[in-house]
Amino acid sequence: MSDHKQDCDCERRNLLIATSAVGGVAVAAAAVPFVASLAPSERAKAIGAPVIVDIGKLAPGEKTVVKWRGKPVWILRRTPEMLASLKAAEEKLSDPGSEKSDQPDYTKTPTRAIKDEYLVAIGICTHLGCSPSDKLKTGNAEGMAADWAGGFLCPCHGSLFDLAGRVFKSQPAPTNLEIPPHRYLSDTSIIIGEDSNDSKGA
Amino acid sequence: MQAGSGKGDVQMKTHAIKLLKRLAAAVLFAPVLAMASTAMHLDKAPVSTDQQKLQRGAELFIKYCLNCHSASMVRYSELKKLGFDEKKITEELIYSGGKIGDLMTIAMTRDDAEAWFGTAPPDLSLMARAKGSEFGSGADYLYTYLRGFYKDENRPTGWNNKVFDNVGMPHALWDLQGEQPAEKYDEDVADLVSFMVWMGEPDSGSRKKIGIFVIIFLAGFYVLTHKLGKTYWKNTH
Amino acid sequence: MAANSSFQKYQSDGSRLGNLLEWFDARFPLTSMWKTHMSEYYAPKNFNFWYFFGVISLLVLVIQFVTGIFLVMHYKPDGTLNASGIPIAFASVEYIMRDVPGGWLIRYMHSTGASAFFIAIYLHMFRGMLYGSYRKPRELIWVTGVVIFLCLMAIAFMGYLLPWGQMSYWGAQVIINLFSAIPLVGEGLSTLIRGDFVVSDATLNRFFAFHVCAVPLVLLGLVVMHVLALHEVGSNNPDGVEIKKFKDEKGIPLDSVPFHPQYTIGHDLPACVIFLILFFGVAFFLPEMGGYFLEYNNFLPADPMKTPAHLAPVWYFTPFYSMLRAMVWNFFWIDAKFWGVVSMGGGVVILAFLPWLDRSPAKSIRYRGPIFKTLLTIFVIGFVILGYLGTKAPGYYFFGYTPSEGFNPLNILLSGDIHTRLFTFYYFLFFLTMPYWSKIDKCKPVPERVTSK
Repeated sequence: MSDHKQDCDCERRNLLIATSAVGGVAVAAAAVPFVASLAPSERAKAIGAPVIVDIGKLAPGEKTVVKWRGKPVWILRRTPEMLASLKAAEEKLSDPGSEKSDQPDYTKTPTRAIKDEYLVAIGICTHLGCSPSDKLKTGNAEGMAADWAGGFLCPCHGSLFDLAGRVFKSQPAPTNLEIPPHRYLSDTSIIIGEDSNDSKGA
Repeated sequence: MQAGSGKGDVQMKTHAIKLLKRLAAAVLFAPVLAMASTAMHLDKAPVSTDQQKLQRGAELFIKYCLNCHSASMVRYSELKKLGFDEKKITEELIYSGGKIGDLMTIAMTRDDAEAWFGTAPPDLSLMARAKGSEFGSGADYLYTYLRGFYKDENRPTGWNNKVFDNVGMPHALWDLQGEQPAEKYDEDVADLVSFMVWMGEPDSGSRKKIGIFVIIFLAGFYVLTHKLGKTYWKNTH
Repeated sequence: MAANSSFQKYQSDGSRLGNLLEWFDARFPLTSMWKTHMSEYYAPKNFNFWYFFGVISLLVLVIQFVTGIFLVMHYKPDGTLNASGIPIAFASVEYIMRDVPGGWLIRYMHSTGASAFFIAIYLHMFRGMLYGSYRKPRELIWVTGVVIFLCLMAIAFMGYLLPWGQMSYWGAQVIINLFSAIPLVGEGLSTLIRGDFVVSDATLNRFFAFHVCAVPLVLLGLVVMHVLALHEVGSNNPDGVEIKKFKDEKGIPLDSVPFHPQYTIGHDLPACVIFLILFFGVAFFLPEMGGYFLEYNNFLPADPMKTPAHLAPVWYFTPFYSMLRAMVWNFFWIDAKFWGVVSMGGGVVILAFLPWLDRSPAKSIRYRGPIFKTLLTIFVIGFVILGYLGTKAPGYYFFGYTPSEGFNPLNILLSGDIHTRLFTFYYFLFFLTMPYWSKIDKCKPVPERVTSK
């Protein structure tokens, strides 16, 4: 308080500062286990462990969905036409080079994939977390515009994505769909949640 | 109590001290539970925290116990804390083909177990903590129990036990005991029990380590607050 | 002390923070509350060791609330069995201990806190008895304190069911069955408390609701009332004299110091740190406390088919549990079981009448006579022995003695059962005869003003 001014009690002032500082450290340290307990538990981590997907039976143009860490992960086997559409779409995209988007470095390619044929992406819109629906067919077959080249439409706020999960310009979603860490175990199986550098996939 | 009777005094004193110590022990350490009608003699378990021994105990546990008993509160991944690497755990320790994050459960259902054994074999995750009593620690109990099986024709399993009369479990470690001298078997049981103690609370090691820091920190903090506190009373008489 | 309105409202020094404070204080009794309860609450200057335990109880209360909230985030009150045959509630506690980062520490803090709470409260109550803190005009502080003690027992009892171990289960079974001893309505009442014919999932869920929500709310209200009542009449002190009799020209008692900062920082803060050293010493190194704080059998999941060999409540209930067991005679054609319940409940309730039972001219033990000092000493020893015997099975003998055949005085002298009855009888006798002996006791003259420091 301020009424000690006349008898400047320097010893007390110094001790008060020291005690407050150490006390602050104590409080911060005490908070550690409580904050830590909010993080995913060993059970959550076990459930969120890497998933192995067999892609041997996936036909060209077909998509499969697996659950990893409770989220839908899409695996789309793209046809040559689909891959061609990616190049054409580039000027309409908001982040064609995926500069601002989340993906492992090894998927920062024009097709956003390790092997061009297979897109592996987290099917969660980067706007507010809805899962976009498939609009894989071209044109207005699925209620899209006539010049639609195939992609995804988020039902919540209408964000549009191309077949590499890249968002089009002037859409609510700020970035492209996220690509999870993944790696090919063989030609027909992918492990999701784990890449070559980081075996824990976190 | 003059100089003359010095020797008797000392003797009396030691007697009194002994009595006092016994009294204190009776009050402080007589555990709350299991005032059983007969006293149970338990051998002191040589519990170890040595990683090598714990690893051996884990292997024995998985080989001999984890078929009928679950340890359903423990994850295989915890075994990494004993120095096993992930590859060793998934390839050699998980028999069921499960994942490393899985709990150490068993395939046998409780209903089947009850039908086969009469009672379901209990989960062992916490057994080393649960078996503590005024006669000794849970580890002592397990150590004595696992070394206390004897042949008994009158039991359906053919086995009985020194500390658990009419036990339902047969001598599951018979194979292990049969092939080696008694001292070696005791050592194996000690490793197994050490593992079970560890399994009861895998974090107890780090608990004590963190505890030392916390106490030292608080002791330092006390010195500060004590000094600070005194300054407020300087002028009060 | 002066009424709230007499304090000057906060006036800004022109700084931004000052302006905000002035705005706030104009709309909320911030300054007046701070002054009434902290900086201008004048407490006697001669508080000693015994005066730490109120603040320490408050600290434990905070620890229990914070750790409790974080435990609720992970705990599941579910008595059904999981795939491995473990009750989900039991497994969720072990989930906290093993899978939740830092969970073991939070849980050990909570379980250690429960015992710490009772240690602090018992010492706090004993302080009241030493210095006559319950005497006029502080009767209401004492009575709210006894109700807080009751609430605490209820919280502790219901919280103990939640881990759903063997001791949780059978302890609850036995204690709830006590209610069935009440004539006529008892049987129905205990079924109503359980919500089932035995302790079951329904019981677990309602105890959870009471433990984490209902009783803590009541407890918090009572603690506020306890402190407000204290600050209305002012604190007692080890001399048991009223400091308000002698005031300086500003109306401040001569033998007083402001509660803040002189007691808060100058007295209670170091004490709280010492307490925390002991508290964390237990939580980190002896969380089971040799089976007293966490009972061994509670590491076995609840099994409604099998009672543990010997059942004892946690240590803080054992003095009153002994009083329950002391009653073995049927009176007025009513079962001994009922009198046991009356004796246990009466043991707590009788405390509330202490302010009116004590007729001594002096409040503090410093000036009270030999009768009080002797009887109180026996009372404390008896209470501790009752607590010790409450952890033992009936038929216990001290020092491992085995009763011999025929007549042997040791059979009586070392019998736990005899001591249980004797000290229970003494416990009640101490209170019921207090109006008589407290009046005739030879007190020393009480000084006008506080003596030491």
